[in-house]
Amino acid sequence: MPVLSPELRADAERILARYPKGRERSAVMPLLYLVQSAEGRVTREGLKEVADLLGLKTAEVEAVASFYTMLRIRPTGRYLVSVCTNLACALRGSTEVYARAREVLGPGSEDMTEDGAFSLHEEECLGACDAAPVVQINFANYDRTTPDGIDALIDALRRGEPPPPSRGTFPGEFTKASRILAGLEPEAGR
Amino acid sequence: MSEELRILTAWWGEPETVWMTRYLQTGGYKGLRKALKMTPQEVIDEVKASGLRGRGGAGFPTGVKWSFVPQDTGKPTYLVANFDESEPGTYNNRELVERDPHQFLEGVIIASYAVQCHTAFIYTRGEFLFPGQVLERAIAEAYDEGFLGKDILQSGYQLDVVLHKGAGAYICGEETALLSSLEGYRGQPRLRPPFPAVEGLYASPTAINNVETLCNVPHILMNGAKWFVGIGTEKSPGTKIFSVSGKVNLPGNFEAPMGTPARVVIEEMAGGVLDGKRLKAWTPGGSSTPFLTEEHLDVGLDFESIAEAGSLLGTGALMVTDERDCMVRVCHRLLQFYAHESCGKCTPCREGTWWVTRMLARVEEGFGRQEDLPLLGEIGDNILFKAFCALADGAVSPITSTLKYFRDEYEEHVRLGRCPFTEPRARRLRPVGEAPHEPSEPEHAAIPLSEILR
Repeated sequence: MPVLSPELRADAERILARYPKGRERSAVMPLLYLVQSAEGRVTREGLKEVADLLGLKTAEVEAVASFYTMLRIRPTGRYLVSVCTNLACALRGSTEVYARAREVLGPGSEDMTEDGAFSLHEEECLGACDAAPVVQINFANYDRTTPDGIDALIDALRRGEPPPPSRGTFPGEFTKASRILAGLEPEAGR
Repeated sequence: MSEELRILTAWWGEPETVWMTRYLQTGGYKGLRKALKMTPQEVIDEVKASGLRGRGGAGFPTGVKWSFVPQDTGKPTYLVANFDESEPGTYNNRELVERDPHQFLEGVIIASYAVQCHTAFIYTRGEFLFPGQVLERAIAEAYDEGFLGKDILQSGYQLDVVLHKGAGAYICGEETALLSSLEGYRGQPRLRPPFPAVEGLYASPTAINNVETLCNVPHILMNGAKWFVGIGTEKSPGTKIFSVSGKVNLPGNFEAPMGTPARVVIEEMAGGVLDGKRLKAWTPGGSSTPFLTEEHLDVGLDFESIAEAGSLLGTGALMVTDERDCMVRVCHRLLQFYAHESCGKCTPCREGTWWVTRMLARVEEGFGRQEDLPLLGEIGDNILFKAFCALADGAVSPITSTLKYFRDEYEEHVRLGRCPFTEPRARRLRPVGEAPHEPSEPEHAAIPLSEILR
């Protein structure tokens, strides 16, 4: 089974059409997001299909994918929990928030929890320092999080009841967030 | 001069501003209408005359940058808006887009017209999922209203805007790394010259501007260069949006004239230091700008005054620490960031940030040696201005500035064999791979050769 179904191939064509003729290589990142939206991460097969679309070697696409943290080569949970621990957040207690998330999610959660629900990520500055400590779930912001707050947030996600983020709407599971990142859900933000 | 001055942030209080209808009611797109009646050169001249300087950190005059874009190359010209805001402590671009996306788009369109570009790219930080959605919506509205697409406002001018998402790499805020990323490569910086104005995106003439810079442009067109020059200081005209974070009562973005003293921003606008504590250190423009202290609070926040005080205005992001914060720990956390974000292209940055991070961890954990202090400074010297791009220079800022102003804290760590800001506790095992800071215990001492030979 190929990663990109006929429908997703049509999406890939839409992505390629954004860039000037002859400059299709620029589409490599959105195409990798597209693959990620299908697979929940970027596998070797996905890399190969993107390479074929662009007339590149798989290694060339892998070189790009491995450079960027939001393109996940390792198995990734349905909810990517990103806790900023950079200075502005650390000054407001994010170290404790991260420690609690790790405690609640258990060992190995920095890759993926055994049930495939969560991946925990220690994040660099997310550009929302007025709301420190900042947590993102699938790139939706939760402002001024506390250790108890992240505990409750994880609990709600386990029940399948994500609370509304501080701005915008909850993007859904990691695959759906990846689809938004590929620029294929213009209605999602309305 | 101690007042907020809301120009770019004038409509932030009104959630409806995100929509086209409200933006038009508040005078939106009038700057564009005016610009389209001028020649591109006249637009450039107006922005040049305003003295507007780039708000992304370097402070280069925007009009001059545009005038470097050649028009006779036979290649297409591009405009790239840098919305990869990632400098620790900085968050005014995000709020500018979230609250008033059309102000930014209007700036993009005017700038594109000035450099005669027909395809503009907005490089948006991937983690900005929601701001990206706000932009998608605003771009669609702008097409519907005829501010984008073919024959904009019956002027004959055509422009398409492409939103491109990054994927989590600080280095892509550096303009040449951003171009590499936008072309579909790893986000690694390129040698300059050739400068992007001449050979930028797809080796074509390219203007790259920061979001806050572009947001100023419609106002300059509307009100004229003379009006703009009257705000701020002589060499740093206009306002700046200061992002205040860390140990203050009211963290937030505050727009004030350039040259407003840091004390006003920290104590009046941001409500002063948390819990009535004493301020210890602050960055004028994000983590890549050297820390300043209490004694610099009366320095004006503009490019020249901050440079004179030994730091950089950068992005205008004030991260504040107080008397309870350990500056060794602060420095260590920031260096972890630079080590993580170093793109790996050049040795001073890749190796230097990695080694310094290890040394800082050692000092913070209480295993530092007296000679580590000069060594830290020495490594900093070997990175500064010797790396390929400014990321590495930024990494040196926290090292040299904390060593300069808080050397006593480093010495106290070494003397006590622990961090003086945390409760004394049982001595931890030394980190794996770290050299012991004291001579080996007697039982591990090497047996003298004479003993073996006996």
